[in-house]
Amino acid sequence: MNNKQKKKLRRIVVALAVFAVLEVLAVAGVFESLPYGLWIEFAAFLVPYLIAGYDVLRRAWHGIAHRQPFDENLLMSIATIGAFALVFFPDAEPHMAEGAAVMLFYQVGALFESYAVGKTRKSIADMMDIAPDYANVMQGGELMQVDPADVAVGDEIVVKVGERVPLDGVVVSGRSQLDTSALTGESVPRVVGEGASVASGCVNMTGVLTIRTTSAFENSTVSRILELVENASEKKARTENFISRFARVYTPVVVGLALAIAVFSPLAFGLPISESVKSALIFLVVSCPCALVISVPLSFFGGIGAASRSGILVKGSSYLEALAQVDTVAFDKTGTLTNGTFGVVAVHAGEGVDRDLLLSFAAHAEAYSDHPIALSVVASYAGTIDREKIAEVEEHGGQGVSARVDSHRVLIGNDALMRAEDIDVRNCHLVGTILHVAVDGEYLGHIIIADMMKDDAKEAIDGLHAAGVKKTVMLTGDREQAAAAVAAELGVDEYRAQLMPQDKVAQVEALLESHDGNGKVAFVGDGINDAPVLMRADVGIAMGGMGSDAAIEAADIVLMNDKPSQIARAIRIARKTLSIVKQNIVFALAVKVVIMILALPMIGIATMWLAVFGDVGVSVLAILNAMRCLRVRK
Amino acid sequence: MRKAFKLDGEICANCAGKIQAGIEKLPGVNKASVNAMTLKFTLDAEDGAFDEALETSLKLFADIEPDCEVLV
Repeated sequence: MNNKQKKKLRRIVVALAVFAVLEVLAVAGVFESLPYGLWIEFAAFLVPYLIAGYDVLRRAWHGIAHRQPFDENLLMSIATIGAFALVFFPDAEPHMAEGAAVMLFYQVGALFESYAVGKTRKSIADMMDIAPDYANVMQGGELMQVDPADVAVGDEIVVKVGERVPLDGVVVSGRSQLDTSALTGESVPRVVGEGASVASGCVNMTGVLTIRTTSAFENSTVSRILELVENASEKKARTENFISRFARVYTPVVVGLALAIAVFSPLAFGLPISESVKSALIFLVVSCPCALVISVPLSFFGGIGAASRSGILVKGSSYLEALAQVDTVAFDKTGTLTNGTFGVVAVHAGEGVDRDLLLSFAAHAEAYSDHPIALSVVASYAGTIDREKIAEVEEHGGQGVSARVDSHRVLIGNDALMRAEDIDVRNCHLVGTILHVAVDGEYLGHIIIADMMKDDAKEAIDGLHAAGVKKTVMLTGDREQAAAAVAAELGVDEYRAQLMPQDKVAQVEALLESHDGNGKVAFVGDGINDAPVLMRADVGIAMGGMGSDAAIEAADIVLMNDKPSQIARAIRIARKTLSIVKQNIVFALAVKVVIMILALPMIGIATMWLAVFGDVGVSVLAILNAMRCLRVRK
Repeated sequence: MRKAFKLDGEICANCAGKIQAGIEKLPGVNKASVNAMTLKFTLDAEDGAFDEALETSLKLFADIEPDCEVLV
C-alpha cells in the first residue's frame, strides 16, 4: 500500500468508529428522546460522512468547476447528499445513517480497487523488469559500475555471475550458461563460450563473461523490447475504445433517467416524492461505469504481460483482440517452420554396408570443402576426422567431390558425377539433395541433405488445429516436391510452392478475400521479403530471434524464441483475455440493469446498499477477474 | 525534444485519454501519451515550445485528475 492509500485507510477506520457509535445511539433511541432529536442525529451523522467522503465531494466540485462533471465523484455526491436531504421531506423515513454508510462503503470499495489495480500494475511491471541498472567496465585496472547508456559500441564489459547482461555483444572470453527466460520464456539455459553473441536481458548463471558490445543501449534488445511493450497499451483494442465511448454516453443517459424518475413518477403515477427521489439516487449510484473503464484495459494489459512472460511480444491490445479471432494461419516455410539451415536428414546405406563407415568416408572426403552441404555432412559425423588420411581432394564443380581416404578412392556427389564414372545409383523417395557415395568404384549408398524441420513444427500445426484454427497454409518459394513433402509431414492443410515474394502478398490477399464472417488471417514469417506480407495480414507474426529487423518492425506480434508452437499459445492467451473482458462487460451491465429495474419506484425493492454493491462491489469483482489474465499456464 | 515523466497516484484510462487529447492540441506538440497502465507521461514537442507545453500539460493534469501528480 502506498502513502495515499494508507492515509485513506486511516480515515475510513476513524469514520467507521464514529459511525458505529452513532448507529448504536440511534438504535438505542437516544436521539428520539432529545429535543430536536432528528436534527441532532442529522448533524451527528454528517461527521463520519465528511471524514470518509470529503475528498469525493471536493473532487465532484472540482469536476463541475472545470466542466468535466460526469464522473463517479459527482454521482456519489448527489446520491449521498440526496440521502441526507430526505430528512426535509416530512413524509419520508430519515436516511442519514444510510447516506453516511453508503459513502463509507463506497470509499472502502474504492480503496480496495486502487490497491488491486496497483498490485496488478506492479506484478506486470516486475514481469517486464529486464532493464539492467549498470554495466561493469574496466577502467584503470579497476572494475567500475557505469550506466549502460554510457558504454560505447565496441567497449568491453564484464558480466559477473547472477548479473543481467546489460548490452548486446559477443563473448570475448569466458564460458557460462545464460538464463534467457526473461526474453524468450525458455527455461532451458543457453550455453555460451567465446565468439557467441549474447542478447541483453539474459541473466548470467555460472561463469564470468567478458563481452564486447555490438550495440548502444538504446538499440539493444532490452531497450527495444521495453519500448515495444510500453507502447503496446497505446494501440487500443476495439473493445477498449468501445468501452470508453460507451462510458461517455452511458453516464449522462443514466443521470437523465434518474432525473426523469424523480420528477415524472410522482406526477404521472402519484407516487410519493420521497420514493421517487430514492429510486433516482439508486440509479445514480449504480450508473458509474468504473467496473468497465478500469477492468477492460487492465485485462488487456494483463494479457499482454502474460504473453511477454512466455516470450511472445504483442505490440498492442488491438492485435491481441484480432489474434483471438484468427481462424486461418499462413506460414512462410524457411526459417519459420524449418531452421533454414541444411542438415543430414537420412543416411541410406546399401545392403551389407555399415552406416557409420559410409558417413566416415563421406565426412573425410568433404572435410576440406566449405560448401554448406559439405559442412552439414561433416557436422553429422560423430567421430573425429583424421586429416592425415585425406589426399588428392578434387572438387567437381556443382557435382561433387572426389578424394583419396586411406588407400580408397571416395567419390561423393550427384547422379551426374556417378554416371560419369559408370556407377549405378539407387534413387530415394525422400525429398532433398541426394549425395551418392561410392568407394573404389562401388556404390555404398546415399545421404539425404535437406532443410531441417524445427523440432516443434509438427506440434505447432497440431496445436493450432486443436485451438480451433480451421485452415493452415504453407507459402514457400521452394520447389513443389519439397513443399509437398514438408506439408504432408507436418499435416498442413494446404500449401503453395514456387512463390515469388510478391506472390505471397497475393496469396494472403486471396485468403483474406475468400474469408467470410469474423475470422482473421494471420501470417507467420521471418525474412525481409516477408515484411509486406506481415503488414497485409490481419495479424503479422514474426520470428524475433533469427528474424530480420524489417520483419520484426512490420509484425504485430514477435515470437522471441522462434518456436512456431508459441503461436497456439499466443492464441490461447488472446482468447482467454477476450473471454475475461466479455465476462466483465456482461456481468457488470447485467447487475447494473437488474438493480435499476428493481429500483424503479413501482417496484422499489432495491436499497441503497444494493446500489453500492452494484457500483464498487461489481468493480472489485471485475478487477479480480481481470487479474486472472496475468496467469499463464505453463 | 522528447521527454518521459513518471506519474504518481492513480489515473483512470478515461482521464488519461482526456488529458492526452488536450495536450496533443497544444501548439508545438508533436505527440503526447498519457499511459494509465504504466503510469508514464511522454511529451514530444518542438524545442522552442517544449517548456510552455509542459507547463500547460501540468495544468491539464491538475484540472482533470488532481490526485495524479507528474514527477518533473
